[in-house]
Amino acid sequence: MTMQKPFAITLDPGSSLANKTGTWRTERPVYVDRLPPCNAQCPAGEDIQGWLFHAESGDYESAWRHLTRDNPFPAIMGRVCYHSCEGACNRGKIDAAVGINSVERFLGDEALKRGWQFKVPEKESGKHVLVVGAGPSGMSAAYHLRRMGHRVTVKEAGPLLGGMMRFGIPKYRLPRDVLEAEMQRVIAMGVKVELNARVANIVDSMHEGAFDAAFLAVGAHIAKRAFIPAKDSSRILDAVAVLRSMEGEEKPMLGRRVVVYGGGNTAIDVARTAKRLGATEAIIVYRRTRERMPAHDFEVEEALEEGVMVKWLSTIRQADEGALTIEKMVLDEKGNPQPTGELETLAADSLVLALGQDVDLSLLEGVPGLEIKDGVVQVDPATLMTGHPGLFAGGDMVPAERNVTVAVGHGKKAARNIDAWLRGVAPAISAKHALATFERINSWYYSDAPKTVRPQLEIARRTSSFDEVQGGLTEDNALFEARRCLSCGNCFECDNCYGVCPDNAVIKLGAGNRFQFNYDYCKGCGVCAAECPCGAIEMVPETV
Amino acid sequence: MTAPIKFYQTGTFTVGNRLLAPEQRSVQSSLERSNSLNSGHRACQGCGEALGARYAVDAAMRATKGRLIAANATGCLEVFSTPYPETSWQLPWIHSLFGNAAAVGTGIAAAMKVKGRSDVRVIAQGGDGGTTDIGFGCLSGMFERNDDVLYICYDNEAYMNTGVQRSSATPPAARTATTMAVGADPGALFGQGKNVPLIAMAHEIPYVATATVADLRDLEAKVERAMTIRGARYLHILVPCPLGWGAASQDTIKLARLARETGLFPVFEAEKGEVTTVTKIRRRVPVEEYLRPQKRFSHIFGAKGHPQMLERIQAQADRNIRRFGLLEDAQ
Repeated sequence: MTMQKPFAITLDPGSSLANKTGTWRTERPVYVDRLPPCNAQCPAGEDIQGWLFHAESGDYESAWRHLTRDNPFPAIMGRVCYHSCEGACNRGKIDAAVGINSVERFLGDEALKRGWQFKVPEKESGKHVLVVGAGPSGMSAAYHLRRMGHRVTVKEAGPLLGGMMRFGIPKYRLPRDVLEAEMQRVIAMGVKVELNARVANIVDSMHEGAFDAAFLAVGAHIAKRAFIPAKDSSRILDAVAVLRSMEGEEKPMLGRRVVVYGGGNTAIDVARTAKRLGATEAIIVYRRTRERMPAHDFEVEEALEEGVMVKWLSTIRQADEGALTIEKMVLDEKGNPQPTGELETLAADSLVLALGQDVDLSLLEGVPGLEIKDGVVQVDPATLMTGHPGLFAGGDMVPAERNVTVAVGHGKKAARNIDAWLRGVAPAISAKHALATFERINSWYYSDAPKTVRPQLEIARRTSSFDEVQGGLTEDNALFEARRCLSCGNCFECDNCYGVCPDNAVIKLGAGNRFQFNYDYCKGCGVCAAECPCGAIEMVPETV
Repeated sequence: MTAPIKFYQTGTFTVGNRLLAPEQRSVQSSLERSNSLNSGHRACQGCGEALGARYAVDAAMRATKGRLIAANATGCLEVFSTPYPETSWQLPWIHSLFGNAAAVGTGIAAAMKVKGRSDVRVIAQGGDGGTTDIGFGCLSGMFERNDDVLYICYDNEAYMNTGVQRSSATPPAARTATTMAVGADPGALFGQGKNVPLIAMAHEIPYVATATVADLRDLEAKVERAMTIRGARYLHILVPCPLGWGAASQDTIKLARLARETGLFPVFEAEKGEVTTVTKIRRRVPVEEYLRPQKRFSHIFGAKGHPQMLERIQAQADRNIRRFGLLEDAQ
């Protein structure tokens, strides 16, 4: 049937949709997810970009739930984590890194304030796992194992929960109510914890309790000693004992002039603690220079602000009553300190040695298959299983950097591998996305905004008390800070691709569902990829 | 007491922003946008004009609740959108001659007035050739009579449809088919061409504005503002042309952005002959950054280049910055 048409017109009007311009294409855009540098850096394996995405819209509970999929202790992390994520943050190349740590703390505090709890597992696996040590690694493992439906018993040698978080980290960095609350939340999931329950021999304990697997995380609590010729009357203590006694009724007697020997974070913690206990002088003696100090620079800075003094390039030769003999050092070409023979005297009421810690490995005596090297237990780095099947280990007692975040990460990793081992399957290894590098960011699209600075307690106030030094962010500031995230390598639904396509070849799927390309019409111009702020679109050559 | 900080990650730089209130969001981010210029059109890859036209007409469609008629001059936009018997347009659309789109717009507006349809609004649109050269007489007439038409010029700085010949909107030094990159003064000559937004202002019509495809929110706001006004209005949109400029197809928006950030293309609004707002430069860059990626300017650079031309173009940008006050006071 033909319609009557005007003169010289032979075809019906049609839509250009009949013209599939997709055939012009030599390259096609594809949506990708790339690994944000913060996530790649996080020792606890947090999906930082993922939880910031929820925080950006003010949905703090979703953000907290997303965060705690990987790390159950955000309020603790937000205080003691050394946040290497911020060092990797791409925003640092624009103005200043996103204050990830402070937003994490805000979420953690918000959860405590609102009483958010973890979900109890829906199904029980019927397996029973023993965790030795209620520190960050052990409690993290307990949390993850419980989430997977396993029965978990934690045996802790000490009288309180938290391990080194309680006995090594001073109160002014981690208030004890925060620590206790995040530990109790794990227990509320149905994890059983036995305090004052030292495990003498792991094989016997597993046998007695009929455990199916065990995770060891006993930490490193034995202070290393150095030989310093000393008179009987000189007062020499070790850093672990000093920090541990801060938890008891009897505060350590350090005197007015306290010298701390060592250059790590523990040395800083002791010196700052001494200041708070009323020492007029707290002096750190360290053999090398500030650049070579293993302690984190911001902690050194905070200590110096509080009046802690440091004698660089110095070693202790002798300890007498009320005085120490110090020898000046010089660095050789390799950067190692060498003695100069130049001596001086330093008045001191006490000397605290902060020279590192060893692991008490007595519970492993006679366990077949174990390998112990350099005072730590050797584990398969991929699974954290020791040479003894079913026995896993993590935290300070295995070869790794020693800090809370690494320990928490070990707990998660071990839990996944214990779960796989219990079910007799190979552990699932998820392929990592390629890194979302700064070069892929189109920085034009981000509003200019400096990093919000967390308020610090006034110096005068913090040296005389054990109040927390770092304050938290207000909600306004936390929201501001979260929104500084560039969402590197992961679509955050800014609609740019949907808008900038000259061919309407991007289909918007609605909130939370991202977008799709309509390859019938996409000509492959690449504008969407060039204008994607976060680098989540890649151009891929078409195959002929 | 300080005011709470308002900060929305990408603010209005991106097309959409889930953090903004729904009424603050752009037309282009909406699932309900009219897609006035539909898929399947035959514009080149990365066409700035196709993009600019959809941005502008979709915004006009929302502002008029879909009661909109367009007159379209001959040119790329017409050719690529309506190869017989197909059309990409999803609104009543009339193809005029090359030179009379403004007059056809005037006619439609007159017809609507006679029919008492004050709800139906009219736009007339064309490229820089159909606007600044061929259709200039009709355009000036439409302005001086203050006819109720929004005229939109999509400026890609040459006659691209017929093979990149120079127009009066072609910038100095640009190579086109009729201004070859040869001789002592390669490319288009300095001292030629015209600035139609300023000429439109000289007619003292109610509204004149410039915009680029790099700043969608600004463009949409200007269309919306224009549709609140009766009488002759003029919107001049810079739309980079990968083919005619010798640029990569993915650089269309980047080039439009650089045109503004160098100061070469001032973005402003004017009412009744007076400038009312100016879009400030956010990250100022030298003109070289804008010129380098475009082959039409390649003779300026290299061993046998013309550094004095670069200086003259930079001087032009600097003059715009002075003249329109394109820098923030602090800069």
